[in-house]
Amino acid sequence: MSLEGKVALVTGATRGIGQAIAHELAKQGAEVVGTATSAEGAEAITSGLKAAGYKGYGIVMNVAEPDSIEAGLKQVAEQSGAPLILVNNAGITRDNLLMRLKDEDWSAVLETNLSSVYRTSKAVLRGMAKARWGRIINISSVVAGMGNAGQGNYCAAKAGVEGFTRSLAKEMSNRGITANCVAPGFIDTDMTKKLDDKQREAMLEIIPAGRLGEPGEVASVVAFLTSDGAAYVTGETIHVNGGMYMG
Amino acid sequence: MSTVEERVKKIVCEQLGVKESEVQNSSSFVEDLGADSLDTVELVMALEEEFETEIPDEEAEKLGSVQNAIDYIVAHT
Repeated sequence: MSLEGKVALVTGATRGIGQAIAHELAKQGAEVVGTATSAEGAEAITSGLKAAGYKGYGIVMNVAEPDSIEAGLKQVAEQSGAPLILVNNAGITRDNLLMRLKDEDWSAVLETNLSSVYRTSKAVLRGMAKARWGRIINISSVVAGMGNAGQGNYCAAKAGVEGFTRSLAKEMSNRGITANCVAPGFIDTDMTKKLDDKQREAMLEIIPAGRLGEPGEVASVVAFLTSDGAAYVTGETIHVNGGMYMG
Repeated sequence: MSTVEERVKKIVCEQLGVKESEVQNSSSFVEDLGADSLDTVELVMALEEEFETEIPDEEAEKLGSVQNAIDYIVAHT
């Protein structure tokens, strides 16, 4: 298996896309460390991986808090070694029309979805630079390119992640470290279950594939980007959206 | 036990991929040894690990030559 002997850190791995990514990378042979914001979440990650017969475990880490990131990474370094694969997946939404958007909703989304990516990436770079090998994959969103009414904060954060990723790719590619984004469209997760029937119907109309995506269909693209076969792909955003937006 | 000078030069060789004979005390990392900005960041990290010390960013920026690095380590460890 291609990722044998490598430690992969996946943020926000309790459910949805993050969980699917954690399991896919573990299936490829990586030791996966998934993060959750609660102890119950971390335990669920551990038992989920164990039940599937995979190597890995969950830890508590709140990506919106710098101290929590530092403590979590220290734990990973001691328990497993330096992660050479980082998947920044953790994200939140606080949707509202701009005229009604509150400062705290703007800040919370920017902290959790954008600043966290800066912090975790910075923290793992030393280990990757030493190994002369690294994979950073940031989960963006189709709306980073499209825009979306009611998601000014989320779109800003995700577009920020894409710009950040391109800069990171330029800085680190000559060290064997690639940085890419995967931008899912509408995937069948708790985040899209919040939508009502009318919103869902309107959504399906603009998806040529005529269905929502599965978390596993995002995870398989992430797995490709971690592989040695993707060593020359960097600074790229790969869309996984059933054709609803083609960049 | 190697001297600070020997240990610094060894790290410089490893990090910048240069031969020991090319490294003089007066060598500038960027101008003489061909380091780019990322190389100098990595070099400082490697020195921090070797000498178990933390070099603040504002100090790290001043470490332009092999001798600068030796002086810093001698003064701070």
